[in-house]
Amino acid sequence: MAAATVDERRAVDRILGPPTTGWEGGERRRVDGHVATGGHAARARRHLLLPVLHALQDDIGGISDGALGYVCERLTIPPAEAYGVATFYGLLSVSEVSPTVIHLCDDIVCRTSGAKELFTALADAIGPEGSSDGTRTWHRSNCLGQCDAAPAAFVQEAGVGRRVVVRADLDRLAAGPIDGRDPAYAAIGDAVLTARFGAPDPADLDAYRAVGGYRGLRRALEVGPDAVIAIVEAAGLRGRGGAAFPTGRKWRAVADEEATERYVVCNADESEPGTFKDRMLMERDPFSVVEGLTIAGHATGATKGFIYVRGEYPDAEDRLRAAIAAAEAAGYLGDDVLGSGFPFRIEVRRGAGAYICGEETALFESIEGRRGEPRAKPPYPTTVGLFGRPTAVNNVETLAAAVAIVAEVPGAADTKLFCVSGDVDAAGVVEAPFGVTVRELLTVAGSSHPPQAVLFGGAAGRFLAPAEWDVPLGYGPPSPPMGSGAVVAFGPGVDMDDIVQRIAEFFRDESCGQCVPCREGTVRQDETLRRLVAGADERGLLDEIAQVMRDASICGLGQTAAEAVSSAIALGLVGGAR
Amino acid sequence: MTGRRTVEVDGTAVAIEPGATILDACRAGGVDVPTLCYLETLTPANACRLCSVEVEGSRTLVPACSRIAEDGMVIRTATDRVRHARRMILEFLAVAVDLTTAPELLEAMAVYGADPSRYGTDDGSPRPDAVVDNDLYVRDLDKCVLCYRCVEACGDDAQHTYAITIADRGAAARVATEFDVALPDSACVFCGNCVAVCPTGALMVKTEFDMRVAGTWHEEAQTVTRTVCGYCGVGCNLDVHVQDGAIVKVTSPFDHDVTAGNLCIKGRFGWTHVRAGVDGA
Repeated sequence: MAAATVDERRAVDRILGPPTTGWEGGERRRVDGHVATGGHAARARRHLLLPVLHALQDDIGGISDGALGYVCERLTIPPAEAYGVATFYGLLSVSEVSPTVIHLCDDIVCRTSGAKELFTALADAIGPEGSSDGTRTWHRSNCLGQCDAAPAAFVQEAGVGRRVVVRADLDRLAAGPIDGRDPAYAAIGDAVLTARFGAPDPADLDAYRAVGGYRGLRRALEVGPDAVIAIVEAAGLRGRGGAAFPTGRKWRAVADEEATERYVVCNADESEPGTFKDRMLMERDPFSVVEGLTIAGHATGATKGFIYVRGEYPDAEDRLRAAIAAAEAAGYLGDDVLGSGFPFRIEVRRGAGAYICGEETALFESIEGRRGEPRAKPPYPTTVGLFGRPTAVNNVETLAAAVAIVAEVPGAADTKLFCVSGDVDAAGVVEAPFGVTVRELLTVAGSSHPPQAVLFGGAAGRFLAPAEWDVPLGYGPPSPPMGSGAVVAFGPGVDMDDIVQRIAEFFRDESCGQCVPCREGTVRQDETLRRLVAGADERGLLDEIAQVMRDASICGLGQTAAEAVSSAIALGLVGGAR
Repeated sequence: MTGRRTVEVDGTAVAIEPGATILDACRAGGVDVPTLCYLETLTPANACRLCSVEVEGSRTLVPACSRIAEDGMVIRTATDRVRHARRMILEFLAVAVDLTTAPELLEAMAVYGADPSRYGTDDGSPRPDAVVDNDLYVRDLDKCVLCYRCVEACGDDAQHTYAITIADRGAAARVATEFDVALPDSACVFCGNCVAVCPTGALMVKTEFDMRVAGTWHEEAQTVTRTVCGYCGVGCNLDVHVQDGAIVKVTSPFDHDVTAGNLCIKGRFGWTHVRAGVDGA
């Protein structure tokens, strides 16, 4: 194994500090022959693995065997395990070191908005996918959460940074960071969650306070944890990430645990195709996320919060870090939040390109420095969560809604963000009260022609029959499952066979590979669907594959991996008129 | 809660100790539940899902090997849903990997009526060759079902060597060393404890591999003699597999309280001298 270069060591030391002993890759000192470092102190640093791998990817453009060896020395991690972690994540590269890596979205929205033409252009300019022209390489990517400005790309530039390119073309891909895109949002009824989206500087704490910011936290500190949980329970707030679990009940479960340490985690790993509301919240109203997590920490008795933000969301991450720094400076975070005696701090952790890490237990594994493989439940996170402690995991929008509910903003309990994209005039986030219909959402976004199909709730959601476009949306029947609240419209010209196949491909790509039903089922579903599209009647087999994935997969990814495909077949959207 | 619990398995009440799993309860009740990734000496990996059963009140099927049985649980192991899941899992495995040296799985496929042929023909993509990079054991990834047993045996559950891991993800996931280096260049200490736990013959001692290739491996003609390893004073039990008067393999019983099936390189592989002189060496 080659030794790490000076630059590689510098990248690692940027996160870990310089090595202090010969045991962790520093100069060998005389005393090192007698005193070893290791044991619990070393193992307790395992959670730094992903930040260090990010540092190498950011600074060097990849992770060489020498660099990984140095990381392993520093953190006392077996090289094989670190390799297993590094190869799990899409944004980390152990096979190539490239100054510029372009991830071009070809998911369901972007591929109908010019992505396919861009592939051809990139292949002409650089070469086939995965090849390099010496400085640049490119890969196709799953949904990048920029569906309001498709087609999108995510660019990693070693030593420079990460940037998102929206409405991408060759010129914009080659350019440096492009500033300014108007956030696309609208509201039907009261704007609660989107009320501050128009603020000129979302990272300005005073501006946030001037429009009611931190009223929720002040009230929470006044009334106490029990009352806060009661308020959230009474409001009927449910998780906005997709599982719709009652937030108050989750907080109470963690608060009731007997433990000295517990955590709150904001799940900001938004990766559901067609979904970008959490990104918009973090970019346009980062303080509401920070305030929400602080309220959650106070309610549950946690003194530490993590925000696990998607690696493809550099702007959201920057905004959150700025907001946290400002909140700390102003006493909203720290050893004594607002003089109340409640200590609370927030750490931002960056995902590395894995849809599965939006699954709460996979997210824990990722923060802990392991492969993002979901854990068996029970035990549930409220009992055994992050670092084995009781943990409340809440989606970004859930926390923002909790802030509004605790701050008694009118309409706070009755509002939801929907992401409308695809074949509409103005894709964007639409805030609407429960009871709104898909048709109303589509009308707000504008469309010159009715779509031939609508996917609701993301790739893990369902295609809706036209009759369902008029069903009031909410939690529970007759509403279709809310999922992430994504509404993707496909116009008359879209090749639906291609779209449904792309969804099957998405799950095949994103399965963690741990359990057989999902690892093999997503592959068989993809292949069998191809045969169906080619004319074979494979509906029976696809049903059977769907059933075992739903019944026997470890986590929600496998359990929902057939939803969209099954619904498309049921609606006759795929495979001609069968 | 302390004291014994009672669960219902396929309509019959079964009394179990606290902490017992659903699998324990099923076995106590005489109900057969197939397993693949589960092994008594290892932490359940929850990966194969072959032991899935129905538990009343649960939305999805439940892995019997790892779920702690709760008092009053109503468990069903032979419903259509359970049988369907098991059949599909077996078909998925049979399509993806070579199960010819996994007789228990082949048997289960017959029991559950698994028919891998309905997934269409082989896509023709090259299947990996067995990796022979040392004299002691062989890795045939085409036979690997990713049960995690070898990784666990190499790591936290037995050996604490951590030479192998699961690398990549999804369908590309595979057992690997760091940067896929050959085993002699990895942290491997050649204890062979990964070989001992492999359920499909993806890991095989080289003598067995070579004899199978040559067509001279006849398990039915072998005798197994239990003895105690003479290399040190730990007292590991050895099962010495002998064919035609020659040792062909050494294993250790999983239920032995000293080894739990594990050995070191000497116990498992240090027997070639026995025939020295006899074979003219």
